[in-house]
Amino acid sequence: MKSKSKTWKLLASACVIAAAVGTQVAADGDTFKGLYERPTDIPFPEENPYSDAKAELGKMLFFDPRLSRENNLTCGSCHNPSFAWEDAQPTSVGTPMSRLGRHTPTVLNMAWGELYFWDGRAETLEEQALGPIQAGGEMAQDMDALLLELKAVPGYVDLFNEVYPGEGITPENIGKSIATYERTIVSAEAPFDRWIAGDEGAISDAAKRGFDVFNTKARCSTCHEGWNFTDWGFHDIGLGDADQGRYEVLEFDALKHAFKTPGLRNIVERAPYMHDGSLKTLEEVVDHYDSGFVQRPSLSSDMQALGLTSEEKSDLVAFLKTLSSKDPAVTLPVLPN
Amino acid sequence: MMFKNTIFTPLLLGLALTGLTAASAQDSVRITQQGKQFSEKQITLAAGQTVVFVNDDNVAHNVYTIVKGKKEDLGLQKPSEEGSITFDAAGTYRVRCAIHPKMKMMVKVQ
Repeated sequence: MKSKSKTWKLLASACVIAAAVGTQVAADGDTFKGLYERPTDIPFPEENPYSDAKAELGKMLFFDPRLSRENNLTCGSCHNPSFAWEDAQPTSVGTPMSRLGRHTPTVLNMAWGELYFWDGRAETLEEQALGPIQAGGEMAQDMDALLLELKAVPGYVDLFNEVYPGEGITPENIGKSIATYERTIVSAEAPFDRWIAGDEGAISDAAKRGFDVFNTKARCSTCHEGWNFTDWGFHDIGLGDADQGRYEVLEFDALKHAFKTPGLRNIVERAPYMHDGSLKTLEEVVDHYDSGFVQRPSLSSDMQALGLTSEEKSDLVAFLKTLSSKDPAVTLPVLPN
Repeated sequence: MMFKNTIFTPLLLGLALTGLTAASAQDSVRITQQGKQFSEKQITLAAGQTVVFVNDDNVAHNVYTIVKGKKEDLGLQKPSEEGSITFDAAGTYRVRCAIHPKMKMMVKVQ
């Protein structure tokens, strides 16, 4: 993905600083704070540039149950804005009312992503957007049937013709529209951001200590890096379930049981946690990283027993709670009929 | 960067005449990995050249590319370890870290 946005310059600067500082060097908080500044613009790819009309069309499709075979599920059924674009369940329910194998990941801040789904099987957000619509266990829609269904709705025909002159309703344009809308879903400024910007009273002393632990002893920032707190990478963090994760897509030994690093924005609202939704609270998550993971050959070398004290664990959770923003309420679109 | 030395060969002359960056197949190119980035975003090679990927980072990496449908996998590289891939056939290849997918570069082989 390419972007003309200055966002990349900001992130590139952060990477340079990260390289210079390293993740294990204890330093004062100001040094680390420079690594977490928010970008100022959303990057959109040259192959799918932003327009208001495209984003509005994408929002309609995102919340339209007619995209599912039984006309009963939308993208928003699992990616629910009321739960920070997740669904508050260990794993969601698809078609026909069956449990899915993995926890619903948020769609917050996907504009900055690299490879999508827990196992990275989609190269682009456009490709990802079409996946669950057609997946047998999810929305289970046949694409040819969907095209016929949408083409029978004059309002959609007009909207697609407006956004994609000469092309109209195609699978590619459905994917482009949804992806464009998803890229606009960005977590708003959180107390942490206000602290990064200089407001010392924005977060508690415990949270500030937690931020330091996050970047040093707990090693969280090795993977949860940058303003969205992810390297977009794939790691076996030793959850112990049988799911092979990224290895099912790319058969390298280092990728066995490896899953994409989720960002940590609005993490309080996104419980339960992990790719299998097996951990209910942030305290359980911290305990897992401290010493609760299983040893196996594919375990990431970044996973090491931490020996955190009770206070350090508590401070870490206090810090994570500062990442929640009060995002604008999402209004449901009026759909063409 | 990019080449450690240049040896005058017919191949070099040919490439030079076409205005291309040139080197002989005997030259190897060193690419470092640091800050979850490759040291170059794009390089141009002559067919038969080898690229040595050095992990100068503080985390492990797993460099790979796909040549004619076959994966060239350097496996897990811990910090300070290195591995190499020889690019025999002309083409454009994307090299990526399997663990950190934002870490990628293009290799053009002429």
